[in-house]
Amino acid sequence: MSETHSVLAHQFDDLEQQFEASTLGMWAFLITEVLFFGGLFTGYAVYRSQYPLAFAEGSLHLDYRIGAINTAVLICSSLTMALAVRSAQLGRRRSLIGFLLLTMLLGSVFLGIKVFEYSHKYHEHLIPGINFVPPHEFIRYHVDPQQLYVFLSFYFAMTGMHALHMIIGVSVLAVLVVLAWRGRFSSEYYNPVEVAGLYWHFVDIVWIFLFPLLYLISRS
Amino acid sequence: MDATPINAHSGTPGEPIRANYLNVNYGLKSWLLTTDHKRIGILYLISITIFFALGGIFAALIRLELMTPEGDVVSSEMYNKLFTMHGVAMIFFFLIPSIPAVFGNFLIPMMIGARDVAFPRLNLMSWYIYSIGGVFTFAAMALGGVDTGWTFYAPYSSTYSNSNVALTAVGIFILGFSSILTGLNFIVTIHKMRAPGLTWFRLPLFVWAHYATSLIQILGTPVVAISIVLVALERLLKLGIFDPKLGGDPLLFQHLFWFYSHPAVYIMILPSMGVVSEVIACFSRKRVFGYPFIAFSSLAIAVLGFLVWGHHMFTSGQSVYAGMIFSVLTMLVAIPSAVKVFNWTATLYKGSVSYQAPMLYALGFIGLFTIGGLTGLFLATLATDVHLHDTYFVVAHFHYIMVGGAIMGYMAAMHFWWPKMTGRLYPEGWAKFAALVIFVGFNLTFFPQFVLGYLGMPRRYHVYPPEFQVLNVMSTAGASILAVGYIIPLIYLLWSLKYGPAAGANPWQAKGLEWTTPSPPPPHNFERTPVVTEEAYAYESKPYPEEAEVV
Amino acid sequence: MDQGIPLFPEAASTMAGKVDALYFFLVAVAVFFAALIFISLTVFALKYRRRSETEVPPSIHGSTPLEIAWSVIPLGLVMIMFAWGAKLYFDAYNEVPPDAEEVYVVGKQWMWHIQHANGRREINELHVPVGRPIKLIMASEDVIHSFYIPAFRLKKDVVPGRYATIWFQATKPGRYHLFCAEYCGTGHSKMKGWVTVMEPAEYQAWLSGGVVGESMEAAGERLFNQLGCNTCHRADGTGRGPSLVGVFGKPVRLLSGETVIADEAYIRESILNPNAKIVAGYPSPTIMSTYQGQISERGILQIIAYLKSLSKEERSQ
Repeated sequence: MSETHSVLAHQFDDLEQQFEASTLGMWAFLITEVLFFGGLFTGYAVYRSQYPLAFAEGSLHLDYRIGAINTAVLICSSLTMALAVRSAQLGRRRSLIGFLLLTMLLGSVFLGIKVFEYSHKYHEHLIPGINFVPPHEFIRYHVDPQQLYVFLSFYFAMTGMHALHMIIGVSVLAVLVVLAWRGRFSSEYYNPVEVAGLYWHFVDIVWIFLFPLLYLISRS
Repeated sequence: MDATPINAHSGTPGEPIRANYLNVNYGLKSWLLTTDHKRIGILYLISITIFFALGGIFAALIRLELMTPEGDVVSSEMYNKLFTMHGVAMIFFFLIPSIPAVFGNFLIPMMIGARDVAFPRLNLMSWYIYSIGGVFTFAAMALGGVDTGWTFYAPYSSTYSNSNVALTAVGIFILGFSSILTGLNFIVTIHKMRAPGLTWFRLPLFVWAHYATSLIQILGTPVVAISIVLVALERLLKLGIFDPKLGGDPLLFQHLFWFYSHPAVYIMILPSMGVVSEVIACFSRKRVFGYPFIAFSSLAIAVLGFLVWGHHMFTSGQSVYAGMIFSVLTMLVAIPSAVKVFNWTATLYKGSVSYQAPMLYALGFIGLFTIGGLTGLFLATLATDVHLHDTYFVVAHFHYIMVGGAIMGYMAAMHFWWPKMTGRLYPEGWAKFAALVIFVGFNLTFFPQFVLGYLGMPRRYHVYPPEFQVLNVMSTAGASILAVGYIIPLIYLLWSLKYGPAAGANPWQAKGLEWTTPSPPPPHNFERTPVVTEEAYAYESKPYPEEAEVV
Repeated sequence: MDQGIPLFPEAASTMAGKVDALYFFLVAVAVFFAALIFISLTVFALKYRRRSETEVPPSIHGSTPLEIAWSVIPLGLVMIMFAWGAKLYFDAYNEVPPDAEEVYVVGKQWMWHIQHANGRREINELHVPVGRPIKLIMASEDVIHSFYIPAFRLKKDVVPGRYATIWFQATKPGRYHLFCAEYCGTGHSKMKGWVTVMEPAEYQAWLSGGVVGESMEAAGERLFNQLGCNTCHRADGTGRGPSLVGVFGKPVRLLSGETVIADEAYIRESILNPNAKIVAGYPSPTIMSTYQGQISERGILQIIAYLKSLSKEERSQ
């Protein structure tokens, strides 16, 4: 157990090797994540091209204002995450903890808004498989409810999978806060913060794609 | 540390007991919390052997049922569950982890002169993830099984099946992350942890093969993970994704599934190819002929492997033009495989060939892989595939690749590195005998299935027309020989743990850094970081000095 | 039944002989290369066996000309396989002769429902005449099935939600296996039957024999009226929807400006998903409601047969 307290793990020769290894590892993991979401995006693309009107109709049932607020929240959280990494590089422990907590807070706000959105969908009877009732008030296009159902299925699968990644991200940041509190990081050793930052930015970028693809199809 | 020797691992009496990875500490906890890549390799060895046995029992029941055309041993439901669980256990829980998780874990750090993999704790976590996935799948089997086929085709899996699809899907989803994390660990390890002087073109081909495998693992596995999640979501929450009754498209599932599952075939076979390169070189005492061609053909297979998934769908109703593109790309993937076979064969030329058990398995691999690869061309050719798709020809073809190829490679690795892993020699005579039994049993089991396939017997048939019986009986007879062939090594390998003679550091006079360490290796592999000054397989040069050079 | 081990299936369609010829070419190539590898391995392993424990063989790194040779020669061979296979594949799946007689097939767990144009139905049996092209239009009521006749070397998956069509021309009277080749659940291995190939005269007698209900067209017409299609799709074109007389098989101009051929898949899609392709000159979204869930796959096939008859009548007038 002794090696967990010194910053250089036994298998590495020096800190530089360790830093490069963990960064490469995280990039490789993010490539995996791209492919993971890639499966969902492929499915989305297939059905959007098959049912263009239903997807346009479906996006009208989503509140783009809430989506926009969430986008802003996430972009801010990316900024605070970047500032947390910078604080870690400079060895400023207090501001590191502060920015990590702020990032967690913004992440939680995003998730809170998502919960609000989901519950709203529940009241509108728009949750596939749970209480879906074809909306009788069609706003623009008269589409087969079946196709609206597919759109909503993708909405929940994609945003749900994204929210799961957010929850994991917030949990990772919580661990980092504890480690930072205990003084594990310094300007020589901060790569856990750096790689967590990479992950956080990745999850934000996924949302940047989800927002227009789901909320903005028929807004002009 | 406990100083009592468990086995006389090394040397003559009176010599001090050397610390190795096995005797450095004892107890269940020391294994379950280990971060040593060698111990993790052993943990995997035990886990996958359990699943191999399970999958083998399912296979035995399948062959027993097919002895007669009528359904007389088990019911149709049971038969469908048996072939599904055989596929799930063998593919996801045995073949995909097999060589990478056991031998890759054990050997890659040693082959590149590192003390461990880049992320040892992540490595242990991978094993736990594997085990949790295994528990879920085990539970699904124990609670009544699953009957969708290992391919989980929608909408049968997502809507119509009455078996434990969701639980199995969760098990395979979890397992996928074990595979991803192992691949990720290897990629970083191979990039960043090589010993001084060990350039890319001095790496053993085993390492190249694992690098290619790892690329597939991190690029392909997430896609099958999300596809299986979507099946589970459609099943549990009635999301509309694949079932046309819910607005979905069943062919989308096939595209997503095969985008991973075709490359997954290469996850299973590439590591075996790596093993064969090592073994052929050692037992011919020669460099591998055309090293760069073998190295790059592994990468070519990994890359092209991602572009050929549609050849599983020639009869599905995808456009005929798409079919043609997938056919031509599939033809191209045959070339790097052919190049490897020719190079291995040429390695024997003017060599000094000896026939120990690992070499017999490696030669068996080349022969059976050649048949498997050539019959793959029948399935890549569009018009013949229309006839052969979903028949026993396909079953025979992929068993030649998976069992004749991947498992032969696995057995070669097991015998080749067993002395390194345990410090003991296995009984050579029994090993040669088992290799022969496996070779004969295998061919008798699967060759008749090529004929059955061209005759038109569809796969996954519980009952079949009586004119196919003779060939099925031959196949079942072969399977019983094959079963004996697998049980013999299990016995003598376990026996050798206690009674086998001490192996010494390098019983085969093989090249490679792993052979410069004592057997079994010390906890951190090398006393001092080795410096590499020559290419791989430099069998013409002097043997390694007793002590590796010092940095 | 033959004694001994069967090695080769019967060949009973125009495609079977062509596929067999390709198969023999593949077997020849496979045997040649397998023999090459096996013999080389055996010869090298015996000739260069280790004679002393200390011998050190010469160092050989490789040979680029050899690498090129054993890449390029196989490449040429596999390209021949590809081209040959693709040609036959295209013929089998895409080149349906225009005069082919149509038979409708619906796969369902775990049986094949087959209906001939004149209305004669059969289950797990298919009767066809020798020497005449037959086109099968196939749909599935539930999961994926696959229609497979080994003696014709022909197979096609029947995927729910879309039509699968294949054609064949039988060459030899006899009884041949019909299998479901795509795993479809518990009774998969019982979803099989027989294809009976008959002399044309015999076939005609069979077709008009037995209990023949109403023909496919007649059933389709009845359904067309029963579901109220005729209230909008009037023959004279005065209805709220386009007239369907003479539409089948012709190009249709769509609202989007595209032109599509009014084939089976188009009719099916328009019944189940009327908004997908709206005819030029009609409102979008359409006023037609979907018939999803109100009509079976067989019903849709009957309506298609009826619409086809409307086109034939027009042509003959």
